[in-house]
Amino acid sequence: MPTPAAKSTQKPAASAGKVMPTLSALTPRQRRALEHIGQDKLVGMYRTMVLIRSFEQRCEQMYQQRKIGGFLHLYMGQEALGVGFLAAIRPDDYVVTSYRDHGLALARGIPAQACMAELFGKVTGVSRGKGGSMHFFSKEKNLLGGHGIVGGQIPVGTGAAFTAKYKGTDQVSLIFLGDGAVAQGTFHESLNMASLWHLPAIYIIENNQYGMGTAVSRAVAVRDMTLKAPGYAMEGITADGMNILDCYAVMEDALTQRRTAPSPLLIEAKTYRYRGHSISDPATYRKKEEVEHYHSVDPIGHLKRLLAETGWLDEDGAKEIESAVRKEVLDAVAFAEQSPEPDLSERDLHVLP
Amino acid sequence: MDLQTITMREALNQAMVEEMERDPNVFLIGEEVGAYNGAYKVSLGMLDRFGPLRVVDTPISENGFTGLAVGAAMTGLRPIVEFMSLNFSLVAMDQVVSNAAKTYYMSGGQFPIPLVMRGPGGPAARVAAQHSNSLESLYAYFPGLKVVMPSTPADAKGLLKSAIRDNGPVVFIENEMLYGISGPVPKGEFTLPLGVAEVKKSGADVTIVAHSRMSPLVLGALAEFAQAGIDPEIVDPRTIKPLDIETLAASVRKTHRAVIVEEGHRFAGVGAEIADRIYTACFDDLDAPIVRVTHSENPLPYARNLEAASLPNVEQVIRACKAVLYRG
Repeated sequence: MPTPAAKSTQKPAASAGKVMPTLSALTPRQRRALEHIGQDKLVGMYRTMVLIRSFEQRCEQMYQQRKIGGFLHLYMGQEALGVGFLAAIRPDDYVVTSYRDHGLALARGIPAQACMAELFGKVTGVSRGKGGSMHFFSKEKNLLGGHGIVGGQIPVGTGAAFTAKYKGTDQVSLIFLGDGAVAQGTFHESLNMASLWHLPAIYIIENNQYGMGTAVSRAVAVRDMTLKAPGYAMEGITADGMNILDCYAVMEDALTQRRTAPSPLLIEAKTYRYRGHSISDPATYRKKEEVEHYHSVDPIGHLKRLLAETGWLDEDGAKEIESAVRKEVLDAVAFAEQSPEPDLSERDLHVLP
Repeated sequence: MDLQTITMREALNQAMVEEMERDPNVFLIGEEVGAYNGAYKVSLGMLDRFGPLRVVDTPISENGFTGLAVGAAMTGLRPIVEFMSLNFSLVAMDQVVSNAAKTYYMSGGQFPIPLVMRGPGGPAARVAAQHSNSLESLYAYFPGLKVVMPSTPADAKGLLKSAIRDNGPVVFIENEMLYGISGPVPKGEFTLPLGVAEVKKSGADVTIVAHSRMSPLVLGALAEFAQAGIDPEIVDPRTIKPLDIETLAASVRKTHRAVIVEEGHRFAGVGAEIADRIYTACFDDLDAPIVRVTHSENPLPYARNLEAASLPNVEQVIRACKAVLYRG
């Protein structure tokens, strides 16, 4: 059931004005997250958000230059969500997501070079150039994909949670899904099994409010998706997906009990994607005012102001990060350019182990 | 070799029990596999032996638990998924195809999927259209999947143990009508390699390729063949994919004639692929065009006479043999 605290953050953007009060507006749990994270880590998280933004902007450009082909689903606008949740888990935990996977891959610590090389279809890519934008995998980082069928990753991540239970470890599995995937059968089947078997599965609905061009209100019958959770005898909680501290706090709270006494959890994090569903979608189904509103509560801008207010990162520091990130992304592009395509022998490699 | 005579059902049970004893990462998951002891009693006694963590009764959620098994396989376990009927695997088709078959490739070799998906396929006895699909050609279509179809208790045990040890996904299609048949199975450790056909009966006149229930159907008709003056060589591929074309071609080079029998439909059936391979491998050796005997092109009806008229029978096989022998 949603906690009272969760209810208070259900409308992340509505209360925010043009100039958002930051430090003074933090909820108790956000303030606690701020203290727990501390300066160094929070500045690092800020850097990761800037990296994702910069990486995705560069991807758009590279797509226009035809360096990247196929489908391309960008994460801009959703950075607080991915970075906030992943900053609260351990490297040995599992993560799985949909085709909108670049941001989570970068937040998981996969080098920008390997991500960009994958998009360029190069053998140095995170999936050896065989997966592309939608299929980032990393055994080393326990990233179980990058899945191209809406909702297809939900049972897979549930299976990783099953393994944790089977082996008696205290790992958890984070299963990211879009609001569109809530309407898939896999969502229902997975949450039911996870609850029946007390699996350490944490389902995170990245509610960016549109499944492709269909507004969530036209696709999902309930407005508050945490209402799904009681149907599976499961806890549900809302996080402010535009606020990195809120995402971190929700995950931190979730893990304190679940490391020792596994049970599944459903999190709905409301967020917004700045671009269309994919690179080929100009998103004409959205009103200009709506898009502008979300830009005004931009998660990176929000954290930047917060860091300035706390005195943890001044304008010079922020500029340094921006320029370092810019260099990192340009390096990634150069690396991808210079990397070889897969040898033709790779065509028949990895069909069967 | 020390032999035991057991049923196909017992052979499959032994294979799973032995592999679960050998490897703690192997587990069984599916509908009614535990407390009910299996819809067809293949998992009889396994819940008592291994407990509910390793013999997992699921809700009726084929796509969900198959995907769960894929995730478990990606993270170090070796699941055996039991489909109560292979027909229900169609509900899980997305997980079988999009994830089980492709993840190893899409991940650039980082995540092999050691997963067996098994259960009874093919027509049973008067269960009508939705419960009578032969899905081997469908699954064999997708690179990344192996497809195995045993026809004897020994093949079932040896092949299932190998399938469980295989590091990739294997669709293991049993046959409800064969669960009760008995046969000799070596005692103790016994495996058979995947992808190896077997000449079930040596003969001179014509090669009959028959898998799953069609293999015992043809082998059980030797008297009728003799009466018709035909000495067939009967080859069971046992593994549909990868297909052991060498063994099939060697037989055809000897007999110069081939008849392919399958319980599935003709259009894009497994027999079409086998025929293509035989034509390619030994066109010059053939003395007659290959003849296929298949399920007719209709959903399987319930009525006894219509069902019988839809499925391959011995008479049709003999007629096909006569055709390739020009004894028309």
